[in-house]
Amino acid sequence: MKVLMLDQAKCTGCRACEYACSFEHTGKFNPLDSRIKVNEFWEDLTFVPSVCLQCERAYCEEVCPTSALTKNPETGVVELNKEKCIGCKQCIVACPWGSIKLDHTGKEVIKCDNCGGDPACIKVCYPGALSYEEVEDITNVKVQETATRLKEIAKDLVKGGA
Amino acid sequence: MIKGGFKGNLLRVNLTTKEVKSEALNEEWAQKYLGGRGYGTRLLLEEIDPKVDPLSEENKVIFATGPLDGTLAPSSGRTMVITKGPLNGAIACSNAGGHFGPALKHAGYDMIVVEGKSAEPVYIWINKGKVEIRSAKEIWGKLADESDELIRGQTHPLAETMTIGPAGEKLSRISSVMFNGHRASGRTGVGAAVGSKNLKGIAVRGNEDTTVADPEAFMKAIYKARDILSKDAFAGQGAAMLGTAMLVNVINGVGAFPTHNAQDAYFPEANKISGETLREKNLIRNEGCAECPIACGRVTVVKSGPYKGSIGGGPEYESVWSFGAMCGVSDLDAVISANHLCDKYGIDTISMGSTVACAMELYEKGYMPKEDAPFELRFGSGEAMLKAVELACKQEGDFGKLLAQGSYRLAEHYGHPELSMSAKKQEFPAYDPRAIKGMGLEYATSNRGACHVRGYGTAVEVLGDADQYAYEGKAAIIKTLQDLTAALDSSGICLFTTFGLSANELAEMVSTATGFSIDAQEFMKIGERIWNIEKLFNLKAGFTRKDDTLPPRILSEPIKTGPSKGHVEDLGKMLDEYYQLRGWNKDSVPTDEKLKALEVQILK
Ligand code: SF4
Ligand code: SF4
Repeated sequence: MKVLMLDQAKCTGCRACEYACSFEHTGKFNPLDSRIKVNEFWEDLTFVPSVCLQCERAYCEEVCPTSALTKNPETGVVELNKEKCIGCKQCIVACPWGSIKLDHTGKEVIKCDNCGGDPACIKVCYPGALSYEEVEDITNVKVQETATRLKEIAKDLVKGGA
Repeated sequence: MIKGGFKGNLLRVNLTTKEVKSEALNEEWAQKYLGGRGYGTRLLLEEIDPKVDPLSEENKVIFATGPLDGTLAPSSGRTMVITKGPLNGAIACSNAGGHFGPALKHAGYDMIVVEGKSAEPVYIWINKGKVEIRSAKEIWGKLADESDELIRGQTHPLAETMTIGPAGEKLSRISSVMFNGHRASGRTGVGAAVGSKNLKGIAVRGNEDTTVADPEAFMKAIYKARDILSKDAFAGQGAAMLGTAMLVNVINGVGAFPTHNAQDAYFPEANKISGETLREKNLIRNEGCAECPIACGRVTVVKSGPYKGSIGGGPEYESVWSFGAMCGVSDLDAVISANHLCDKYGIDTISMGSTVACAMELYEKGYMPKEDAPFELRFGSGEAMLKAVELACKQEGDFGKLLAQGSYRLAEHYGHPELSMSAKKQEFPAYDPRAIKGMGLEYATSNRGACHVRGYGTAVEVLGDADQYAYEGKAAIIKTLQDLTAALDSSGICLFTTFGLSANELAEMVSTATGFSIDAQEFMKIGERIWNIEKLFNLKAGFTRKDDTLPPRILSEPIKTGPSKGHVEDLGKMLDEYYQLRGWNKDSVPTDEKLKALEVQILK
């Protein structure tokens, strides 16, 4: 299974992902209609992208009174069925991350759907802050990164011991 | 009918009468001049007398986006500030990246025209089409980045801002306008034009879509453009890796890096202030303007010394040079600190560094009374450079006030205007015209005063195939690049895209966005038209052929050391040819035939 991964350290704050996402879903450019959001902390010049994490135990799904939200067991994506959605916004309240939101009209609930398996945001993120990869690969990358850091410490430790 | 790209609305704010109104964009102008620099200049030409004092109530300041702002076009976050320039009285247009431009579009406007003068300090808050003029009494005097935070605190945390720092408030003629607290419209003294209106800032937030005329074709064009850029050696790789400062070693390596107020053009210690060293010692992260795949912006920190902990954007290549080699300084921490300081106070880093260098020469040569400077102002001292920058930023004492007016006024004050490394009173940037011949022509003919982004001949002469020392063919290269960048500046994207993109790709993006039929040829014609109306503005303002020149040093003193040793610049060889190619007479006045061919119906 593939998942959307974020790497804050690489994000340059360009917001291309927001525009690509908005266009993919509406054919227009409007950051308010983007399912991915880049948060800026100008005082530190730091940028943090955030997007739906497709929770295993999705509160949005649990709270939805019409079952408009359901987790697809095959893709892992929490899918929103627009037809069933009554716009009560309970999912927005329930989401601990602010990942489900209203579009710019304030009338429609929107959420990341991984673009059906071909995320638009990834294609414009040149620094590689966003990636869409097999779970096993992601896990490996993170483990490797940690191990590399530990290796340096380990080398120093040996020196200290000698 | 505006089909896309443009929002079709212009916001007019009169600070004298406090009147605010929305106006439809003039579609004929949009077709002929696009947005940004082109439209803004056409409007200014229509609405002000080019002879007015740039700091008077009669001058106007226009914040303009182009049709590509607020779309996914690469590097499309530019905002142009167009006004009669406080530094030299010529047509001024200074642009910055960041996110203000797209936000303005989302708020429903292509541009803001600020007129008149407020009696008290104010800022403008544009929120989803609603406009308020609010008191800025409590923000006046604050640094540009502090003001950004304060204004967002009083409006909306996600608002995008334009602010000026204390330099603009105190009408420094080299002051800048800052976007998002750290992105500078640095040149021509636009900060003072804003300050003269008692305008501290503008905050914008909107919720509207931006749309393009032909979405499918547009997306095809922009994905193509983004792909080309990501593969380009400079834009896609070098600049992303090392920022624009990657050029330090490149330009110094060809002996074109002005040092010690251009007494020489080779800096043996260049490596200490190079992009490579910057990356190793000070870089925290890269930063990109709106939709930018290049992300040449640097976020840097000073890790030791008196300015330890100073965090900010930049420095760009030009600033590394102006505070570094131009002042003979190889202490990168001092250079970075000076850059951060200038951004906070809202002062142009190119002009500032070059002004300090000029002061150093005046001091060392004994052309100014030593007691005028409160400390030893020697080339090579990072400490002295920083102290001088601080004096100018704060405008402390007579000397600080003088420094804040730029090198020309400083050198003139001491009776040696020839020591100002400027053209039309604006300091030239980090490419020595004696070693890159076309750059000299570019500086001399630039409508806003010496500048490297009204063409960027270096791209062809050093990074490309042309011979940097040759005169032949340079007039044609510079003219073409000037026209290209004029049109590009009017479309809303960044000059750096031209490292990879040609007029073909640019025209494709603009035409699919706007629905206007613009091919590469028409795109270049738009650029030429803009260049000509800028020239008309300057002629009306009183500029003549004799203003199209360079400092005597560049024309007569050979470079002393390095790969370009022995070279001087001979403008005469290129200038006549240039006027001829432009279809101007020998006095640099566009001929009637030329204006007719360009469909410019304006009185000369
Ligand atoms: S496209 Fe990538 S780098 Fe740009 S804002 Fe989005 S996550 Fe950050
Ligand atoms: S995967 Fe699709 S829906 Fe989700 S953030 Fe990216 S573009 Fe938007």
